[in-house]
Amino acid sequence: MNREDFLMCKDALIYLDNGATTFKPKQVINKVVDYYTKYTANCHRGDYDISQKVDFEYESTREVVRKFINADSREEIIFTSGTTESLNMIIFSFMRHYLKKGDEVLITKAEHASNVLPWFELEKEMGIVVKFIPLTRDYKVTLDNVKAVTTNKTKVISLAYITNVIGDVRPIKEISEFAHQNNILLCVDGAQSVPHMKTDVLRDDIDFLAFSAHKMLGPTGVGILYAKKKFLEVMPPFKYGGGMNIKFESTKELEYKEVPLRFEAGTQNIAGVLGLKAAIEYIESIGIEKIREHEIKLREYLIKRLKEVSNVTVYNEASESGIVIFNLDKIFAEDTANYLNHYHICVRAGNHCTKMIKDDLGVKNTCRISLYLYNTFEEIDKLIDVLKNSKNIYDIIL
Amino acid sequence: MDSNIKRELMIENFENPFHKESKNGKEFIKANTYNASCIDNIDLYVRIKDGKIYDAYFDGEACAITISATSLMVKKIIGMTLQEARNFITEYYHMVNFENYDKTKLGNLLIYEDIAKQPSRKKCALLPVQALEKSLEICEEGGKNDK
Repeated sequence: MNREDFLMCKDALIYLDNGATTFKPKQVINKVVDYYTKYTANCHRGDYDISQKVDFEYESTREVVRKFINADSREEIIFTSGTTESLNMIIFSFMRHYLKKGDEVLITKAEHASNVLPWFELEKEMGIVVKFIPLTRDYKVTLDNVKAVTTNKTKVISLAYITNVIGDVRPIKEISEFAHQNNILLCVDGAQSVPHMKTDVLRDDIDFLAFSAHKMLGPTGVGILYAKKKFLEVMPPFKYGGGMNIKFESTKELEYKEVPLRFEAGTQNIAGVLGLKAAIEYIESIGIEKIREHEIKLREYLIKRLKEVSNVTVYNEASESGIVIFNLDKIFAEDTANYLNHYHICVRAGNHCTKMIKDDLGVKNTCRISLYLYNTFEEIDKLIDVLKNSKNIYDIIL
Repeated sequence: MDSNIKRELMIENFENPFHKESKNGKEFIKANTYNASCIDNIDLYVRIKDGKIYDAYFDGEACAITISATSLMVKKIIGMTLQEARNFITEYYHMVNFENYDKTKLGNLLIYEDIAKQPSRKKCALLPVQALEKSLEICEEGGKNDK
């Protein structure tokens, strides 16, 4: 749908790597170009008209994001450089002070590196214990499995809403209810979910949420950290510098701004934030439910058609998102991706920054197809034709 | 060389690689190389004795080009003196970079002579020699050189 808005949607190119990043519609590109050509100025610093315009655009993006994820207050929206920085802020600023030695954090082996490595570092640094919630045979998380590893030392559950390899949608609302009944905080990596399904932090009672603009039609280099205000009020800043302080004296007396500006030191990625605003407005003009519906139809069609290809193994048939991982029998994933590239089909090969899932999946590397609104049934037909002809793969790639 | 012959040799060495086995014995020098931009990752195991490559193995997960090139390299280097191995590495780099090189030093690895025409695959073909370079460095730094 809406392919005419995307300059990258050229006929010859079939882009199936939306889990990595997405194309940008002209509305987003125009917004960024307008900032650079019509009202370039820093924000929160100037008294002139174009600076006021930037302040308005920047701060109104906070409101647009708030509404998009149904947060209580715009002060709960912090702009960061991406999901990775958002998660690092949560873990190294808030959790470092909140947790004590011996406290347990639950994650899974299917999490992205950004929701694993900061926890591992904190474990080394302060002696928290990172534990893995076991996955089902379909690599999913169930509430029972969460309960099975929860102890009276469990203080945080940190999960992707949708994982970037398996593409399963986690029962976050159920987990949240259980967590809060047991005085456990819930941190959610929304990088693969916020762009693809309705996010409602109040409905799901999420304590912390991280996501990126570039995976939802926005510019690269911008992310969002949502946290309940009561947590932001006690969270130390992650970075210190200009824009986040009220005063500092030679006597070392200092005072920082209120939430959320306290967390946005230095000149922010203003063009990126404004582009994010245009991206959300664009998604809302179509309707996130409609986008999800389209992706699910595409997925069902893709799975059905992949079954026609005798040498294909799909590893995540039971998932409910636009992510499908597969391999061709006896062919290394990278060779498959190179072969598809020959036909201008872009897929991702590898472990997708999720290096621990191999323990459960039994295979280290796969090809990942990740769909979005502008993908079509015709593109899937073309992919299937190419896969069906893969007997000659080595004639093409060697 | 005919492109069909090249391809067959690559496929044969990818599907039935030579000495593809981990060797964790102390007598082996282990060197890992990987491509930062993709997922090729190999370990080369070289046993050096009396100034010669006495034995070599490799293991890992990688594409058809990396696996086949490593298999052919392992076959080629067994029995080489350290100087011959260094010369081999130099000539291989020259070949991949389209510079003048001594064809007599490379044997079946000549099948990668055109690999750099696909820039994304050049790095795949270079992984085995980079692992060999590392192994020789480890040896020179006082690593294992069985007398």
